Amino acid sequence: MTPSSSGQSGAIPVDYVRFCAPILLLWFPNGAESTDPKREKGNEILSEMGNSATAARRPKKARLMQGNLAIAEGALAAGLGFFASYPITPANEIANFLSRALPKRGAIFIQMEDEIASLAAVIGASVGGLKAATATSGPGFSLMQENIGYAAAAEIPCVIIDVQRAGPSTGRPGSPAQGDVMQARWGTHGDHPIIVLCPGSVQEAYELTIHAFNLSEQYRTPVILLSDEVLARMWESVELPLAQVEVLGRLHPEVPPEWYFPYDDALGDVPPLVSFGQGYRYHVTGLFHDKSGFPTERLDEIDTWQQRLFGKIEGKVEQIARIEEEEMEDAEIAIIAYGSTARSARHAMKLAREENRAVGLLRLVTLWPFHDKAIERVASSVKRIIVAEMNRGQILLEVERVAKGRANVVGVNRADGAMVTPAQIMAALEVER
Amino acid sequence: MMEPTVPEHEYLRAHKKFPSVWCAGCGIGIVLGAIIRAVRALGLSKDEVAMVSGIGCTGRMPVYVDFNTMHTTHGRALPFATGLKLARPDMKVMVVMGDGDALAIGGNHFIHAARRNIELTAIVVNNSIYGMTGGQLSPTTPLGAKATTAPYGQIEQAFDIAKIAEAAGASFVARSTTYHAIELDRLIARGIDKKGFSVIEVLSNCPLFYGGLNEMGDAVEMLKWFRDNTTAAPGKVASGKIVRGVLVDRDLTGYVESYRKLIAASKKRGGA
Repeated sequence: MTPSSSGQSGAIPVDYVRFCAPILLLWFPNGAESTDPKREKGNEILSEMGNSATAARRPKKARLMQGNLAIAEGALAAGLGFFASYPITPANEIANFLSRALPKRGAIFIQMEDEIASLAAVIGASVGGLKAATATSGPGFSLMQENIGYAAAAEIPCVIIDVQRAGPSTGRPGSPAQGDVMQARWGTHGDHPIIVLCPGSVQEAYELTIHAFNLSEQYRTPVILLSDEVLARMWESVELPLAQVEVLGRLHPEVPPEWYFPYDDALGDVPPLVSFGQGYRYHVTGLFHDKSGFPTERLDEIDTWQQRLFGKIEGKVEQIARIEEEEMEDAEIAIIAYGSTARSARHAMKLAREENRAVGLLRLVTLWPFHDKAIERVASSVKRIIVAEMNRGQILLEVERVAKGRANVVGVNRADGAMVTPAQIMAALEVER
Repeated sequence: MMEPTVPEHEYLRAHKKFPSVWCAGCGIGIVLGAIIRAVRALGLSKDEVAMVSGIGCTGRMPVYVDFNTMHTTHGRALPFATGLKLARPDMKVMVVMGDGDALAIGGNHFIHAARRNIELTAIVVNNSIYGMTGGQLSPTTPLGAKATTAPYGQIEQAFDIAKIAEAAGASFVARSTTYHAIELDRLIARGIDKKGFSVIEVLSNCPLFYGGLNEMGDAVEMLKWFRDNTTAAPGKVASGKIVRGVLVDRDLTGYVESYRKLIAASKKRGGA
């Protein structure tokens, strides 16, 4: 990387070097004249790190950035080592950018033959030790569902970015929607745990992408980032580099290979995942498996595995799920929204406050696991909850489930490929039910 | 010519995983033996070998071998292996698939892996039928042959795996049968050693379904059929026999090699 480009990329290569460079050095086994090529190449990459570390100390600098690019930059900052995808509107800028940026870091970009192959390659690369991601939109997201289940069951970290567009089917490819909320939760067959994040601004798209990689490593799970077409193509000011970018790498087991079992609850709720090729030979499968990864039909082994699999996420909702409250202290009406719809909701809330009406906003940053307790608190403290979303009421049903009639729950919905407007939400303030 | 085959227990996972899921008379165990002998002959360590599979009878193979093993989703073994190979270009990654896995549900991936010429060794165990699900027709079921979903005979043409691999761009394509186990060792070893995408098609016996539905007799009779109806001499094609041996062996640039050059070229350019 040249010094001129390091400013543009901010703190990015620091974490990339820490987590993916050691594995990617395998790309140059005979690369240098030095007797120890790995050391040689390592030094070269470390000097790049020096450049970017200098960049990181510079004062924060605002950059105008598109939502899709913020996701791509966030992925690089998180240490992205492998990206595979298939072209689809409105996610294309992510792949376009990464196809240029990743090879410069010695990392991998590959355009696969379809979205099924894209996620398959991502999972394979993750088993090989690289932080890996794919990006798509509704139709491609549908194709990925089987392999999302595989990653959840085999507990392989990976990040899936779904830039939602209006559907079903081909729908309106260039128009926003939030119709994939339930698909992100339940799209693959069978019960499984999942983490789904939903950014509401370009800045947050950057930050949540990093967070998505962290969660995927921390909990050994696929993490889905649900963006939407508005956020994807919107340009906003983003402050880079961030003062503190926490990036989590993969844990290495403290036990020797003969004692290592990749699904052993004795190693914790989230046993360390060793990359292939490091002397810890084991088996990965989508079949129900025992602690060693071998298929099993024994109900006691299946029970042990499932308890840990679900417990590691469903038992940690408070730690995982993020929500953001605005003007909720004295609110009598709460608007619940997420993604770009939360922007309309915030505007409606401000208009209502100007009229001295006690309206607050609860923004869901994490959609799944669903933060039941936060919704319970709101339902107990307000008279009415308005759930605004660009679908026909997917989160609305969850809010009703948790509210249990404690508050009057009203949906503001549309699924025609247009944004929910502040006026629509304002109108719902008047509705009595 | 004939050498005795030696059991190679150190490559098998002794604990818990035997007996295998395969039926008596199945050919997949012969292919597994050939793979192990090929790995031994090449002097590869178990740590540097990965075996990736999809779904089906052949998909169960990786669980038995003491390599880095991955049993993936139906038809997707090649893209999983593509990601693994790109993350670990130092490893030898082989992909074992049945005919349905490789050429029906995974047909597109097969073509594109060959087109990309990525450094994987694809071993397609072709028994012309879906064994695990009970004998349904596959893309390699010959015209007229019977299957549980072709009770009146197959009316679709069969794929020629080797020709597809060749046309799509694979570096190395070979074919053998479960009767020719020693020949198979050598072909697999050459495939693993070859730069670029290599395909070894193995005609295999499923006496329970394919053999049973098509009155081919038991496993021994099916092996004899392979002996009598294949030839290692290409001149005999006219006789209607199936040709065995190396069908394609060409020096093409593999994907990993090309990507290495791409990395070097990209670092010379400016921008992000």
